[in-house]
Amino acid sequence: MLTLTIDGRQIEVKEGSTVLQAAREHEIYIPTLCDDPRLEPYGGCRLCLVQIEGVPRPVTACTTPVSEGMKVETTNEYIEGLRRTVVELILSDHPNDCMVCEKAGDCTLQELAYFYGLRENRFRGERRQYAKRDANPFIERDMEKCILCGKCVRVCEEVQGVSAIEIAYRGFNAKVCPPFEKDLDCEFCGQCVSVCPTGALMGKLSLGKGRQKDIKKVDTVCPYCGCGCNLTLHVARNEVIRVSSSPETLNEGWLCVKGRFGFKFISSPERLNTPLIRKNGRFEEVSWQEALDHVAERLGGIRDRYGPDAIAGLSSARCTNEENYLFQKFFRAAVGTNNVDHCARY
Amino acid sequence: MVGLATVFGSGAMTNSIPEIERNDLIFVTGSNTKENHPIVALRMIKAVRRGAKLIVADPRKVPLVRFATIWIQQRPGTDVALLNSMMHVIVKEDLVDRDFIASYTEGFDDGFLKSLEEYTPEVGERITGVPKEKIIEAARLYAGASNPGIYYTMGITQHSHGTDNVFCIANLALMTGNLGKESSGVNPLRGQNNVQGSTDMGCSPNMYPGYQKVTIPSVRERFERLWGVKLPEKEGLVASEMFFASGAQKVRAMYIMGENPVLSDPDVGHTVEALKELDFLVVQDIFMTETAELADVVLPGACFAEKDGTFTNTERRVQLVRKAVNPPGEAREDSWIITELSRRLGYEMKYNRTEEIFHEIGMAWPAMAGMTYSRLDEEGGLQWPCPTQDHPGTPYLFKGGFPRGKGRFTVVKYRPPAEEPDEEYPFVLTTGRQLFHYHTGSMTRRVEPINRVSPEPYMEINSEDAAELAIEDGAMVRVSSRRGEIRLKARLSKRPDRGVVFIPFHFREAAANVLTSSIALDPLCKIPELKVSTVRVEKV
Amino acid sequence: MENSTILIKVCMGTGGIAAGGTEVISAFEKELQAEGISAAVEKHCSVHKVGCRGFCARDVLVDVLIDGEKTTYEYIKPDMVSRIVKEHILQGEAVQEWVVKDDYRTFHEKQRKVVLSDCGEVDPEDIGSYMERGGYDALRKVLTSMTPEETIEVIKSSGLRGRGGAGFPTGLKWEFARRAPGDTKYLICNADEGDPGAFMDRSIIEGNPHSVIEGMVIGAFSMGAHRGYVYIRAEYPLAVERLRLALEQARKKGLLGEHIAGTEFSFDIKIKLGAGAFVCGEETALIASIEGKRGMPRAKPPFPAQKGLWGKPTVINNVETLANIPYIVRNGAGWFAQFGTERSKGTKVFALTGKIKNSGLIEVPLGIRLHEIVHDIGGGIEGDRKLKAVQTGGPSGGCIPAEMIEIPVDYESLAEAGSIVGSGGMVVMDETDCMVNIAKYFLEFTQAESCGKCVPCRIGTKRLLEILTRITDGRGRPGDIELLESLSNDVRAASLCGLGQTAPNPVLSTLRYFKAEYEAHVHEKRCPAGVCKNLLTYTILEEFCTGCTMCARVCPANAIVGERKTPHRIIQDICIKCGACFETCKFKAIKKG
Repeated sequence: MLTLTIDGRQIEVKEGSTVLQAAREHEIYIPTLCDDPRLEPYGGCRLCLVQIEGVPRPVTACTTPVSEGMKVETTNEYIEGLRRTVVELILSDHPNDCMVCEKAGDCTLQELAYFYGLRENRFRGERRQYAKRDANPFIERDMEKCILCGKCVRVCEEVQGVSAIEIAYRGFNAKVCPPFEKDLDCEFCGQCVSVCPTGALMGKLSLGKGRQKDIKKVDTVCPYCGCGCNLTLHVARNEVIRVSSSPETLNEGWLCVKGRFGFKFISSPERLNTPLIRKNGRFEEVSWQEALDHVAERLGGIRDRYGPDAIAGLSSARCTNEENYLFQKFFRAAVGTNNVDHCARY
Repeated sequence: MVGLATVFGSGAMTNSIPEIERNDLIFVTGSNTKENHPIVALRMIKAVRRGAKLIVADPRKVPLVRFATIWIQQRPGTDVALLNSMMHVIVKEDLVDRDFIASYTEGFDDGFLKSLEEYTPEVGERITGVPKEKIIEAARLYAGASNPGIYYTMGITQHSHGTDNVFCIANLALMTGNLGKESSGVNPLRGQNNVQGSTDMGCSPNMYPGYQKVTIPSVRERFERLWGVKLPEKEGLVASEMFFASGAQKVRAMYIMGENPVLSDPDVGHTVEALKELDFLVVQDIFMTETAELADVVLPGACFAEKDGTFTNTERRVQLVRKAVNPPGEAREDSWIITELSRRLGYEMKYNRTEEIFHEIGMAWPAMAGMTYSRLDEEGGLQWPCPTQDHPGTPYLFKGGFPRGKGRFTVVKYRPPAEEPDEEYPFVLTTGRQLFHYHTGSMTRRVEPINRVSPEPYMEINSEDAAELAIEDGAMVRVSSRRGEIRLKARLSKRPDRGVVFIPFHFREAAANVLTSSIALDPLCKIPELKVSTVRVEKV
Repeated sequence: MENSTILIKVCMGTGGIAAGGTEVISAFEKELQAEGISAAVEKHCSVHKVGCRGFCARDVLVDVLIDGEKTTYEYIKPDMVSRIVKEHILQGEAVQEWVVKDDYRTFHEKQRKVVLSDCGEVDPEDIGSYMERGGYDALRKVLTSMTPEETIEVIKSSGLRGRGGAGFPTGLKWEFARRAPGDTKYLICNADEGDPGAFMDRSIIEGNPHSVIEGMVIGAFSMGAHRGYVYIRAEYPLAVERLRLALEQARKKGLLGEHIAGTEFSFDIKIKLGAGAFVCGEETALIASIEGKRGMPRAKPPFPAQKGLWGKPTVINNVETLANIPYIVRNGAGWFAQFGTERSKGTKVFALTGKIKNSGLIEVPLGIRLHEIVHDIGGGIEGDRKLKAVQTGGPSGGCIPAEMIEIPVDYESLAEAGSIVGSGGMVVMDETDCMVNIAKYFLEFTQAESCGKCVPCRIGTKRLLEILTRITDGRGRPGDIELLESLSNDVRAASLCGLGQTAPNPVLSTLRYFKAEYEAHVHEKRCPAGVCKNLLTYTILEEFCTGCTMCARVCPANAIVGERKTPHRIIQDICIKCGACFETCKFKAIKKG
């Protein structure tokens, strides 16, 4: 453990921590746009600049390791002036169309603009103009809103191991894009969408489906493979419109294409929505009363005639523990047979 | 699971997913982890970035190979030879963990040691097609690591000798003492969200919840007391037998909840026939699946987003599922449907809330007795065993010993797969999943954007084989086996080796399981050999 | 001449070749053969190609040495060779009218050549030629009689500082890397010379590549590296080729590779071509580029000496720094330290360009007065106009105004004046240069070369350029000068790497010394130097105009009207300010301003 002083407070932190980590651990707020604790420090947005006694120029808290006795100042007029300039510069090259932006209400840039009260902009000038034209079905890429924080590029390389995107061109024209500016063709895990601090990367499925404030969030578990990733379902008007995952979960907030974008089956018009009984070779819609009575009668009849072992059940690796428990209990206790299995017990 | 349960006395991932980060060696075999367990693969990539070595053994150049230190491309179905050969090297170079063997295992010197003698790297190379240098290097890497983890899936188990494969993996871990500690173990990755749970819950013809055998009278009596009813004494039929049983054993009625065996089980033709022969078939599902189409009664269930409950993931972690939306129309939660049916059959199950069922599970199986919904909520899930309210759960198994006492070495001899290529059927077909779709596609194929990036069935074939058959990329081919034939597009690729083709089984319009065999089963656990069948490929 | 030794050296640097060096060499070979000289006195007469000796403006430069007595010719073309052979080589009489003049002597007089001492003397494509002059002696000495620590000590006490720009003590850098834990370490030679107008490193590699290689091997031995890279611009094909050849020759001689000079020490060098990104001169960006990633800098610490290439301790030295090493080892730290000032030891190579009479590559002792460079070496301002400023340090540097011409050229003094030594660019400006325009020129460069990673550099330099552009376009607004200054300071303070941190320097230093010029642009819409087009008006002074009609005839816009023999008039709405009339008028009747 090391002792250092941040804004006059003496604190203890683990050796090898960065100033930003140290500050966060002790709930000292330092603004950031390009930091994600799950990714390698980047130092690109320059918002986390702090002053350290004995160091001639301000340094980024996210990349600076702590040292014994270090004296850090995270806020003062000078530092806030620099941060203000940085946000102002970003906004001078941003569409600022929050009224219609999908990200409004969940946008870090919007928060910072609000925080620094940036209504006017001293640096108004040329703005990047790009056509939105990525034809992939999952990810909307509005590069005019990109602030080049590089999180998407890093998550794609460091976490997903895919490197589908990189920063191309230089200077003001720098732009995140797939090779040769083709349409995105990747694993579509949407990790990039999940880390984007602005509206540059959004899931296409949720566009126009509801404002952030109207969304109910429900934590649950992914219905696909056995990893058990934690999902947060975003619900608007009894429809799941988006899936996210919190960084504090088992899966560290990462999901795959199925987990993140494979939710539309829930509201599919093909969902079965009424019991059906085959009558004269065709399915007919019936009431639950009729359906359940009919099943009980037929199963009861077969049990009476051939014995309980003439009935078998296949349960589902897709259903909950509770349902599986009830299913086998139903077969053993209600039907009276051990003929119960599920398809993937191997 | 039978394999691991035999060796250790319990069958599940011995370690947890976060522990992968601290593996210094990762041995992935028969698992296309990057596509089928993407988030587990991310932990592996993270470990590799931190300096861990990665061995991938797979007949196909799966995406994880890109991160691998070595890639072993064994011929499909030759895993026993590969693993035995690795163990031969480990013995020969004296890389075994004598202390561990002495303290925690049995059967090492009784024939097991001798059984490895014939599997020299040269023999390994001849059977598997893997250069012997690679076998030796892999053996050294594994045995030389301090925290190695083995990860496998259906590429190991879906064979007529699947249990043998699992025995070999267990032998390898036991002889090097790589079990019972953090980040070292044997880890089967479960392919469906709650396979672990449905196995735990006793949806097996021979086991009650918690792997308790139905044939042991004292166990049965305990369940009779819990459920207040007399219970059947003999074991039931396993899934594959349900479709084969005849005569007195013949099944007349089936109740299938949330499964689509028509597409997921081998030999589609046979499965459809068996289902049609039933007097009565009830299917409970969220979509009109290929199986539901054959039913007499179809009951609309609720999907995961429409109900409360728990799932148990591949690392034995029980986690809360929460209701977010209402089911469509008249669709109802499956638990409601089951209890309604049960009442009508004269057995009342009464629960006011889902958590009451969960509480009863804890009474049936002590390993989950310490869990409550509020604990699961606060602690982000709990890994069984968790016997008491103050137990923190168990991230890794077998610390200080195995449930069955000592870990047992098993002598395993290489047996070729049930079908081997011949003139009529010269290609080995291996089946599996791909990244975008899931299982029989009943969910993902109804997700429009997913269907746009992966719209149709295809067969991966080595470009050189394709050239010989004058098959171009995207050309339609007919693939036939002794069971049937399908038509689909060819995808030329470097992924499969020569002589091997791969078909994902998600697509009903060219169901891979039309081709697979329902007869080639593992003798112990009855798993079908979905990873090796022989086929003929023709241009149409 | 039969018993004389005759040596002909033809300048074959990029400059020499461009001026026709290759043709001059073959002309010599042909002429000598035609005269039967090769047959008669073959071993006594040879023609060599040599690298740049600095005075590129006079290329092709040819030395003719007869028994060691050197005559230098300038502006030589192939058709002049025959006369030189006939008169000078055969008859011993130099062709006086082609021999260099007195300014060639003054150009060299105040220079002190260490790094360049063998450039222009040795044949860069022949390792033997370098070895004859003591090349690789230093390496043998280090490997056979010195420890790494002793070597580092020599470099430390010589006071050598990094010549790439930052001026960090080289010996100290080596020591850090030596002390960094780990067996795998790397030494990288940064030959990604990117400043516009700079060609110091290129000339050294073209003129004497072995000095760089020798320096690298000594450095590698000192720090304990076994693999090195030369990161060099792909736009330097000749340098790359000569370096490649030199590496091969050094390997053949056992001076590179396994067991160098028969000792236990092994080290080899790989060439890595850079794709011409200015930012790759920044060491962390350079490392990323070698690793195959986008050339983008990262924050320091960790410094490359702790965590560099592939995460291993890495030293990055500039070409000139490394080329100094063999001479320091050979002649001793004390010898080197005699040049320069207390804190800036040794010599520095500069690329002297701009409005100066003698432009070229020069090497001067640090601490020399700027005046001496401009007036003695450079020979003063072109056209005898007035000196206005000297820009040093390229796009990261600043301007020294004419009033400060007596300033000593060393790291400290230049920094104090708001500029830097930098890698060695030196541009002389006169009264016809507009300082706002100069600042804009450099910002155009840095703005385009920013990697785009950090906000202040990516957007900040863009906005600085936009403000400068509107000022020079005559659209400057009140408050723009203050905005320029404040944004410059913020970009300087908040940027991630050296590129962004120094990009505002040309703005800040011109604001410091030439604020009035900015004010004239903004408030009076006037460019005092007459450079900024939109702020110019050309008018005809009636009292001088003779009505010769020349101006009307050259005007591409037909903006000039008037009868013959009567004063003409420019129609301002049509004038495109090309200046053609101004250039044409013989009577100084056209006023610009």
